[in-house]
Amino acid sequence: MAKITFIQHDGKEITANGTPGMTVMETAIKNQVQGIDADCGGACACATCHVYVEPDWLEKVGKRNPMEEDMLDFAFDVRENSRLSCQIKVSDALDGLRVKVPEKQF
Amino acid sequence: MSEVITTDVVIIGGGPCGLFAIFELGLLDIKCHVIDILDRPGGQCAELYPEKPIYDIPALPLVTGADLTTRLLEQAKPFKPEFHFNQMVTSLEKRGDNDFHLTTDGGLKFNCKVVVIAAGGGSFMPKKPPIPGIELYEGSSVFYSVKKMEALRDKDVLIIGGGDSALDWTNNLQPLARSMTLLHRRDEFRAAPDSVNKMRELVATGKMQLKIGQVIGLKGEGGVLSAATVKGADGTFSEVACNAMLPFFGLTMKLGPVADWGLGLTENLIAVDTEKFESNVPGIFAVGDINTYPGKLKLILSGFHEAALMAQQAFRYINPGERLTFQYTTSSSNLQKKLGVA
Repeated sequence: MAKITFIQHDGKEITANGTPGMTVMETAIKNQVQGIDADCGGACACATCHVYVEPDWLEKVGKRNPMEEDMLDFAFDVRENSRLSCQIKVSDALDGLRVKVPEKQF
Repeated sequence: MSEVITTDVVIIGGGPCGLFAIFELGLLDIKCHVIDILDRPGGQCAELYPEKPIYDIPALPLVTGADLTTRLLEQAKPFKPEFHFNQMVTSLEKRGDNDFHLTTDGGLKFNCKVVVIAAGGGSFMPKKPPIPGIELYEGSSVFYSVKKMEALRDKDVLIIGGGDSALDWTNNLQPLARSMTLLHRRDEFRAAPDSVNKMRELVATGKMQLKIGQVIGLKGEGGVLSAATVKGADGTFSEVACNAMLPFFGLTMKLGPVADWGLGLTENLIAVDTEKFESNVPGIFAVGDINTYPGKLKLILSGFHEAALMAQQAFRYINPGERLTFQYTTSSSNLQKKLGVA
């Protein structure tokens, strides 16, 4: 189990237990985190699971893959720490991970 | 005013479940018209993941979205379905038992006995970037598609995006526009290399400018845009003067007019029974991702099953009093004749 904290746009924090192998997006959906839509269901085809990884975690989470980089063109307000949460796999190394959820996916 | 198209069934949505519904209805001699908002069949399989492999279609260990669409079209072909693309159904009215009237935003009118809603996640519509105040300019200075190029003649045009739509319109509108700026968040483009090269040439010869960054605000008055505030990749802010802005951020699915048809929605899905997959309005069915019932799984294979059962009840509505004999395509010469193989 890895604890993952989602910081919603309204400031509310939801800490969820992520199962290694699942994605951060799936963990968010399972725990009713507001602001993660995941329209395509995790196929990296829609950019509606956009999150901002808290800076201390950037290195551990790793870099965007090329397909994800392309999909981020469809997201709004893309920053250095932007990731698509369907492309981050939960692992024990990510225990304690904190990500911010944008006001809305679009 | 166009003439009213009269048919047995109108299928709303040309994704995998809509396409398979043509087949199941066709086996029962039921004629279909299919309406879709996209410009081609396949729904999400065509728009979201044409090249991505699907692994859970029975008997097809691996198939891409595009390939699945091609195969379903081939399977439906003997039944000569008629497709109406680039059309969104805007109204659905029940005038009597098995008497439905539909209209589309393109002015088409249909009269049918049965309606099958296979609209998946809803209608694909252009994504509207949540730039504060953008709605004040929509339709006057901000456009999500180009209907008439002439409308942009002598305008200061700002196009946003890095895909084919953005690049194609940049290249096509540049000769007409007074000035042309393409804005993208990075100096890499998903669009076809040809159009990227063409754009770069226009930039090199000073005919347009390319900016790297993202729009964060708009300036203007009375619905007329005067400039967009851009945050550059380096965090600095600048303004791009423009009186027309075209954001191309791809498409998103929105439920759209389906919500207004009195269909007893549950969390934006159409509640149906699991015997006939019929909504609370007799004669209106829902199959595939758009429906819900206890135990519903949003799988293409579930939509196929739903289409087969829906067709049984559709037959009863369209042929009242007639007996429906269950037949197999392997052994029935009648079915094989319809399929054009006997």
